[in-house]
Amino acid sequence: MTQTLSYDDVIARYEPVIGLETHVELGTASKMFCGCSTTFGAEPNTQTCPVCLGLPGSLPVTNAAAIEFTIRIGLALNCEIARWCRFARKNYFYPDMPKDFQISQYDEPLCTDGWLDVDVDGQTVRVEIERVHLEEDTGKTLHVGGATGRIHGATHSLVDYNRAGIPLVEVVTKPVAGIGSRAPQVAKAYVTELRDILRTLGVSDVRMEQGSLRCDVNTSLRPIAASALGTRTETKNVNSLRSVERAVRSEMLRQAELLDTGRRIVQETRHFQEDTGRSRPGRSKEEATDYRYFPEPDLVPLAPEPTWVDTIKASLPELPSARRRRIAGELGASDRDMIAMANTGVVDLVAVTVAAGASAAEARNWWMGHLAQQANATDVEPAALSITPEQVARVIALVADGTLSTGLARQVVDGVLETGHDPDRVIDERGLRTVTDAGTLTAAIDEAIAAHPDIADKVRGGKVAAAGVLVGAVMKATRGQADAASVRALLLDRLGTDGE
Amino acid sequence: MTELTRLTAAATAEAVAAGTVSAVDVTEAHLARIAAVDYRLHAFLQVDAEGALQAARAVDAARANGDRLGALAGVPLALKDVVVTKDLETTSGSAILKGWIPPYDATITRRLREAGVVILGKTNMDEFAMGSSTENSAFGPTHNPWDLARVPGGSSGGSSAAVAGFEAPLGIGTDTGGSIRQPAAVCGLVGAKPTYGGVSRYGLIAFSSSLDQAGPFARTVLDAALLHEVIAGHDPADSTSIDAPVPPVVAAARSGATGDLGGLTVGVVTELSGEGYQPGVTAAFADALTRLEAAGAKVAEVSCRHFGYALPAYYLIAPSEASSNLARFDGVRYGLRVGDDGTRTLEEVMALTREAGFGAEVKRRIILGTYALSSGYYAAYYGQAQKVRTLITRDFRAAFETCDVLVSPTTPTVAFPIGERADDPMAMYAADLCTLPASLAGLPALSVPCGLSEGLPVGLQVMAPALADDRIYRVAAALEASYDSPFIDEAPEL
Amino acid sequence: MPITRDEVAHLAQLARLAVTDEELDVFAGQLDVILAAVARVGEVAADDIAPMTHAVPLTNVLRPDVITPSLPREQALAAAPATEGGRFRVPQILEDEQ
Ligand SMILES: [Mg+2]
Ligand SMILES: [Zn+2]
Repeated sequence: MTQTLSYDDVIARYEPVIGLETHVELGTASKMFCGCSTTFGAEPNTQTCPVCLGLPGSLPVTNAAAIEFTIRIGLALNCEIARWCRFARKNYFYPDMPKDFQISQYDEPLCTDGWLDVDVDGQTVRVEIERVHLEEDTGKTLHVGGATGRIHGATHSLVDYNRAGIPLVEVVTKPVAGIGSRAPQVAKAYVTELRDILRTLGVSDVRMEQGSLRCDVNTSLRPIAASALGTRTETKNVNSLRSVERAVRSEMLRQAELLDTGRRIVQETRHFQEDTGRSRPGRSKEEATDYRYFPEPDLVPLAPEPTWVDTIKASLPELPSARRRRIAGELGASDRDMIAMANTGVVDLVAVTVAAGASAAEARNWWMGHLAQQANATDVEPAALSITPEQVARVIALVADGTLSTGLARQVVDGVLETGHDPDRVIDERGLRTVTDAGTLTAAIDEAIAAHPDIADKVRGGKVAAAGVLVGAVMKATRGQADAASVRALLLDRLGTDGE
Repeated sequence: MTELTRLTAAATAEAVAAGTVSAVDVTEAHLARIAAVDYRLHAFLQVDAEGALQAARAVDAARANGDRLGALAGVPLALKDVVVTKDLETTSGSAILKGWIPPYDATITRRLREAGVVILGKTNMDEFAMGSSTENSAFGPTHNPWDLARVPGGSSGGSSAAVAGFEAPLGIGTDTGGSIRQPAAVCGLVGAKPTYGGVSRYGLIAFSSSLDQAGPFARTVLDAALLHEVIAGHDPADSTSIDAPVPPVVAAARSGATGDLGGLTVGVVTELSGEGYQPGVTAAFADALTRLEAAGAKVAEVSCRHFGYALPAYYLIAPSEASSNLARFDGVRYGLRVGDDGTRTLEEVMALTREAGFGAEVKRRIILGTYALSSGYYAAYYGQAQKVRTLITRDFRAAFETCDVLVSPTTPTVAFPIGERADDPMAMYAADLCTLPASLAGLPALSVPCGLSEGLPVGLQVMAPALADDRIYRVAAALEASYDSPFIDEAPEL
Repeated sequence: MPITRDEVAHLAQLARLAVTDEELDVFAGQLDVILAAVARVGEVAADDIAPMTHAVPLTNVLRPDVITPSLPREQALAAAPATEGGRFRVPQILEDEQ
């Protein structure tokens, strides 16, 4: 379908309501219900055992770390932690599920009723969390014989169960309404914030490209002023932060087109396609699937001890939002500055640089300026540059004490980026110290005067502006290591004029 | 039949330990017996002569080495094919698993091996343990050694026939709704279902996870107790395994054998009698009660008014769990695959595989369980059945306030003829009427021979509170001691 | 309420059983009888009675997060009806992943 509507047209007539279901693979060493390793990238079917292959007779035993990680997530998202809950079997046939049921949680999730505040354009939007539950991941299916590696057109498929049984946390939001045109950004900001929290908690490596963080986006539209929710669709396969935003936006446009032309939205699962930025409908059976949930009889109930939950709560690290507030205070940074730093990905880097002794202003200038440019030029995140905040702080200190000029400081930083060596070593190796030795400078000045006698005469005659040529010659002779202002002062002194 | 096959497990182990007979001799005697009679019984699906002799040789070597032997070292055993055995075909009586060679051992298999028990092979069973006659095996029925035209009970009918037919002194069965106790009763054996959680389920091919328990078959109470102690105990690989000491069942069997039940109150469950119980069964049961009284027990009537609902609750819970447990047999990772000719989709191949690989009773229960769990019916069926479990458990708790054990006939009838109930599921299900309550409540229960009716064995069931497995052995041993000679001696030579 | 042939067909489809027409008839009749019998659970179980899913009153059975050896791949694949490149091979899949 060709999209003729503009986004503004959509927003003028419809209110979007979104919901997000995020699946997070936990970073436990072993799987959810067996001792197989969870390491990513192993040869297919080398990390399987009777339990995670669903061999007849095998039984699951719950990984304590997975429970603790889930409680950590629940607490970080301000949830209630269940005093008693159970796993349930979700029954459906699919070859990537070794038992043809998934051990999940149904009506008794481990964590419920939380919230997460996210910032969009300087405004806070509270996203309510309905539940955080724990389940087991499925294996991976490779579709063979089709043109695209997709299920459609494939002649057969190949299954690898290495991923089957890795603990998977599902974070489900309540419907988020009242955000109007910002819906796509709210979706992205939510997933970004959630990712940062999970990373801070140390419960997952949250790599969307490797599938350890996967997002399903529910979208519906209702005419402005209508109260009933519209029919929603679920877009799966949204595998980058950018795609989260694009998926909501493109689905809003698609649904608005349908509604505008009097057609109905079909409640369905759609698959996002990175290349086109659109989604295609899933191929599902006509009738709704009946998962026949029932309590998993091979596992006993979970009843987290309140004292255990309290211990976990007390051990939670400082979360990103609190950290941002603290850093803003420490840096004396405005909201605008903080947003700019956050967008550049340097908040933590600046904070650590300041903690290492640098002034907030200098630290921010370096990270937002030269270093951000270098990162951009090499297409990496600033945090991935091969310079540490401590090294940046050292360079700033060397400028402050006059050891380095600003120009030299850049050369030192670039040297660190190239070699990974400490600034002091780069200075020594490349001879980048400022020349302050008066003898050396005087000799260079005398040489410059001798080389340009006519210009020297002009300066002596009061044409001070002409001194620039001589200063330049001195700077060239000292390979930039001299301080230009000092050179100028010395030169004028030498020529018997004070420059007035 | 040599004398070695007539020995009890306890006597065999003693002889092996004393060196008066070798484990290899014992094993060879039983392999010879199997070779001689199993074509008539069809108790075994697989006979692992090589593995058995190897295990026997290891026991003999250990003895020669002066090592301490386990209480059942060198004793042959018939293992129900629902129990997973590494490198030995395991089918659970189903065509869908024909040819499956497991890469691992069940916990009880490992415990048996470690104890020096000699596994002779794998025994026939109702497919996936669904049945009460062993007629539902994909590999043909097993015959009752007492009367080859009759069923050996089920679902553990291969093990019960093997032990009753002197092919092995010991057998392992699994009991979900009575599948050890009922075959034990109709084959004239002792068969016990331990407290749920007492024996690891790791490596038992699941039928109904919340009910399945493995347990012993033997020709004497003491032998059953000895085997019980070998297989019982906490297993970290089974989340439902109880982390508590194994009840002292061997000591209880020995103390019961003195014939003194003084101070014990035996409750007779009113609801497990009356219409549908054969007169011969009722008579043998009544005679057993007088013997318990004679041993010093106080015998009292006790009412458990929800026991009548055990059958409907069971036939909702077990099929529901089974419908989910059996989903994995889809032709992807192991077992049968049908219809993969390059033109069919996976979904079609899965459905054809399951259609061809499962027998009628299994399909019937899968459909029933799928129905009971499906949305709109869950609350009325599965949910209500779980509440009935609570009510039955309450009945037990109330009864155990005044009684130490409860007793009933194990099954309303003696062994029925092969084919008699094959087309009538409800009639077949009725065979489990008396055994279901203890299954639903997870309690220990045992069947011990209490007489013959028209030449066929009758069993008495003893039930006790959770973890009081020792009580069922004590009472059974006392009853056993009250008879002049073992009933099994009256079984016909084959 | 009698169970219809169509319902049985739907259940068989949910359970991935390619039952024959003949079986549908047989099962529908038998399930009718069985369901009538098991429906009796509704007679006694009141609202205030807690459902019992486990016979043993255990909670919090957990294992430490420790890696144990996996199966060698040949063993993992040994019983598979078809494999390719170290993976389990299946016919073309009609339905999308859940
Ligand atoms: Mg999920
Ligand atoms: Zn595993």
